[in-house]
Amino acid sequence: MSALTDLTLAEARDGLKAKKFSAAELTDAHVKAVEAARPLNAYITETPELAKKLAAESDARIASGDARALEGVPLAIKDLFCTENVRTTAASKILGNFIPQYESTVSGKLLAAGAVSVGKTNLDEFAMGSSNATSAFGAVANPWKRKGDNRPLVPGGSSGGSAAAVAARTCLGATGTDTGGSIRQPAAFCGIVGIKPTYGRCSRWGIVAFASSLDQAGPFARTVRDTAILLREMAGFDAKDSTSVEKAVPDFEKALTGDVRGLRIGIPKEYRMDGMSREIEDLWAKGIAWLKDAGATPVDISLPHTKYALPAYYIIAPAEASSNLARYDGIRYGLRVPGESIDDLYENTRGAGFGAEVRRRVMIGTYVLSAGYYDAYYLKAQKVRSLIARDFEEAYKKVDAILTPTAPSAAFALGEKSDDPITMYLNDVFTVSVNLAGLPGISVPAGLSSDGLPLGLQVIGRPFDEETVFRVAGVVESQAKFTAKPDGAA
Amino acid sequence: MSTTTASAESKNLIEGKTGHWEVVIGLEVHAQVLSKSKLFSGAAIAFGAEPNSQVSLVDAAMPGMLPVINGFCVEQAVRTGLGLKAQINMRSVFDRKNYFYPDLPQGYQISQFTQPIVGRGELVLDLPGGESRTVGITRLHLEQDAGKSIHDQDPQLTFIDLNRSGTALMEIVSEPDMRSAEEAAAYLKKLRSILRYLGTCDGNMDEGSLRADVNVSVRKPGAPFGTRCEIKNVNSIRFVQQAVEYEARRQIELIEEGGTVKQQTRLFDANRGETRAMRTKEEAHDYRYFPDPDLLPLELEPDFVARIKATLPELPDEKKARFMKDYGLTAYDAGVLVAERASADYFEAAAKGRDGKSAANWIMGDLFAVLNKTGVGIEQSPVSAEALGGMLDLLKDGTISGRIAKDVFVAMVETGKPAKVIVEEKGLKQITDTGPIEAAADKVIADNPKQVATYKGGNQNLIGWFVGQVMKATGGKANPGVVNEILKKKLAE
Repeated sequence: MSALTDLTLAEARDGLKAKKFSAAELTDAHVKAVEAARPLNAYITETPELAKKLAAESDARIASGDARALEGVPLAIKDLFCTENVRTTAASKILGNFIPQYESTVSGKLLAAGAVSVGKTNLDEFAMGSSNATSAFGAVANPWKRKGDNRPLVPGGSSGGSAAAVAARTCLGATGTDTGGSIRQPAAFCGIVGIKPTYGRCSRWGIVAFASSLDQAGPFARTVRDTAILLREMAGFDAKDSTSVEKAVPDFEKALTGDVRGLRIGIPKEYRMDGMSREIEDLWAKGIAWLKDAGATPVDISLPHTKYALPAYYIIAPAEASSNLARYDGIRYGLRVPGESIDDLYENTRGAGFGAEVRRRVMIGTYVLSAGYYDAYYLKAQKVRSLIARDFEEAYKKVDAILTPTAPSAAFALGEKSDDPITMYLNDVFTVSVNLAGLPGISVPAGLSSDGLPLGLQVIGRPFDEETVFRVAGVVESQAKFTAKPDGAA
Repeated sequence: MSTTTASAESKNLIEGKTGHWEVVIGLEVHAQVLSKSKLFSGAAIAFGAEPNSQVSLVDAAMPGMLPVINGFCVEQAVRTGLGLKAQINMRSVFDRKNYFYPDLPQGYQISQFTQPIVGRGELVLDLPGGESRTVGITRLHLEQDAGKSIHDQDPQLTFIDLNRSGTALMEIVSEPDMRSAEEAAAYLKKLRSILRYLGTCDGNMDEGSLRADVNVSVRKPGAPFGTRCEIKNVNSIRFVQQAVEYEARRQIELIEEGGTVKQQTRLFDANRGETRAMRTKEEAHDYRYFPDPDLLPLELEPDFVARIKATLPELPDEKKARFMKDYGLTAYDAGVLVAERASADYFEAAAKGRDGKSAANWIMGDLFAVLNKTGVGIEQSPVSAEALGGMLDLLKDGTISGRIAKDVFVAMVETGKPAKVIVEEKGLKQITDTGPIEAAADKVIADNPKQVATYKGGNQNLIGWFVGQVMKATGGKANPGVVNEILKKKLAE
């Protein structure tokens, strides 16, 4: 039944409604695909039994005519979302066999909309990474490979498992979280669509926190339309998250008019970086041309504080993380490694429970918040953050959306960059500003590199204007006509 | 902020070997907010509940849990700020104070560091002799309480009870404006009184609802502040007083013997009545404060504050002033009566439309004596305010004498019956009929010629003795005024 796994989410939804196939059949096909794709290590926990149970419920609902928005649609959930009675690890040893007694708001909304969860996807430990290599459950392999090169490539990170799972056709969509690019960069690396909505659009309640002021949930799927369908179900105000925003959630699918005539598209000069690869530059130029052809107006803009975004991000995010991760102390849940004293217990537990990258960021975060350094690092980074947000505010006086590349390169091989954390951090160079400013940003697959790997373009919008983002992304998608599929797909 | 004059200060000075010393005291009080649920979670709060029975996912810091501010706790903090005549900050910020401790589930305490909800205010101390003086309030901020570590249940293990984890506290910080142990005690008493009037903290120190960190330093009068020591978590007013007295003495002796005071945290050992340095940690704490990204800055609407202001009760200071003005009470009497809202209410119910001074005397004398002896609060008084008022009426209209009233009051306490019934049952009605009084007076005069001679010889003071004899003869029921008049007339004959 490989045809069923190759459907888009919208097609599957319509096929189920038209009773062309059952939710059980659709789920079965995806559960088999999950098994077949095990070499990718995209999932930490597979939930076939749960999936089959949910699919049966969906079939009953479809039969009785009260199908919900995502009735019977197989999805994967990033293992950072707490799921009731299903192990949630954040890809860390420190959570061990943690089984939450509660369901995150976002995954709960998807289930309430009829989605069928096929499993929990792999990620960088506590979502800290750009390659999915820091997972305590092993790296994830990108379903794509370079032409004539069999070495496994990274799927990007931190939501690498979700991106690989969608690209490999093991589910029709997946949830991700994006703190500095963790949805958009893996989407670009895996040749799929991923959107980080405006900060406050989706509830963070029940998502294991990395950097609270930056974390935001969003969907992955293989088309812009599919992500629009998913985001509508994921978004919405939640009284349990003080930073979620009380705003009506539009029907994002309706925004896909294909009409961008008259829209002004900002092209930020600061994103044309030294040493940027020719391929990325060409892709960007193509994107600009496509939008121009479709009737939009490219406008050169300046986002002058762009170069400070990455350093500011790598101060703010670790600072918040160092505090957010303090609760993993071995006292109440998760891993505990005993010691002679309480300090020993903390040190043993956290030393054994956290991987090297998490420990590095906890130390950086602790350092930048320390007395005597706070003003020079954390406070300064927050000021930079305000300036970056102001850059965008100024730009949006002149333009309706901004087009940039998603990542500075295509997917790289496992181990190619992990020796040097700074090179690794550079992966986020085009994405972090969007998190710092709290804006919506989407990555759309727009072409292939010379060695056959997908490349993505990013569309950035005004706060809470995901509709324009989807509209522009939809046009990029239809102009790009990206139809390539990874060999690794089921 | 202090209104103290030099002369007021001088009597608080402590005599040392090298001359006089002045003690300087500031208090940081942690007051548990009176609220049904915690500061950032919906979990209930009840003293003495089963361990870990009042813990939400947020309080236990489960992964992905987020704090949501409890609007009622904010209201309570604003109400307290208004009660302390303090500036209400329309924008305040919650910060994380980071440190590891097993009973601190999040690994940080949510508190307010640089931008508290309440700024400068003041509090008036009621001092002995009806004197008062103003102490500055530096700030009030909201913060979470931690859980409790229990070390005595197992030889090896520490148990953790998270019931208290996340409970809302108000930290109320005073200026270093107090100059004696008595003033520190008066501060705490007054603060507790205000909190109870406002209904923002129950003030039960034995349950830990109110705890004080006491900062003490000493100096020669007029010299700059000395180095202070902080005595942590003192949980009774008496202990605060003892701790200050001990600590001031210790510092003075230390300096006079050539030593210097080191800034340190100390604890008060109630059994030995002394303060001791707490075990110092090798590393100094760096709390790495930063604004909590899970919470937006707290913005108050002017209407919200105005609404709270409009519903503030009459507070002790205003009540005291009113009692002095309307009932003619002394500052001291008024101060005693308003200290507890219940006794103020009792007084007003008993004194309304009557002689306030007399009502105050009965309440502060006979009634408080009975309550003290039996250990019951004025709310459970065996004699209601109405019943006392009824007795005052009988006194006023001359039905009973002051002396008989004492007996009637005792009977009211014992039987719970109204004064009127007791007077009738026991036949204690005052004799105002002059016939029997004249007869008794005649008999006393006839029986005591020596005293009569002395009186007539010029010792007019003896009249009191004659009155006493007649009162005795009439079983105390005679109206002393009438007796006096009749005796004077007869002795003048």
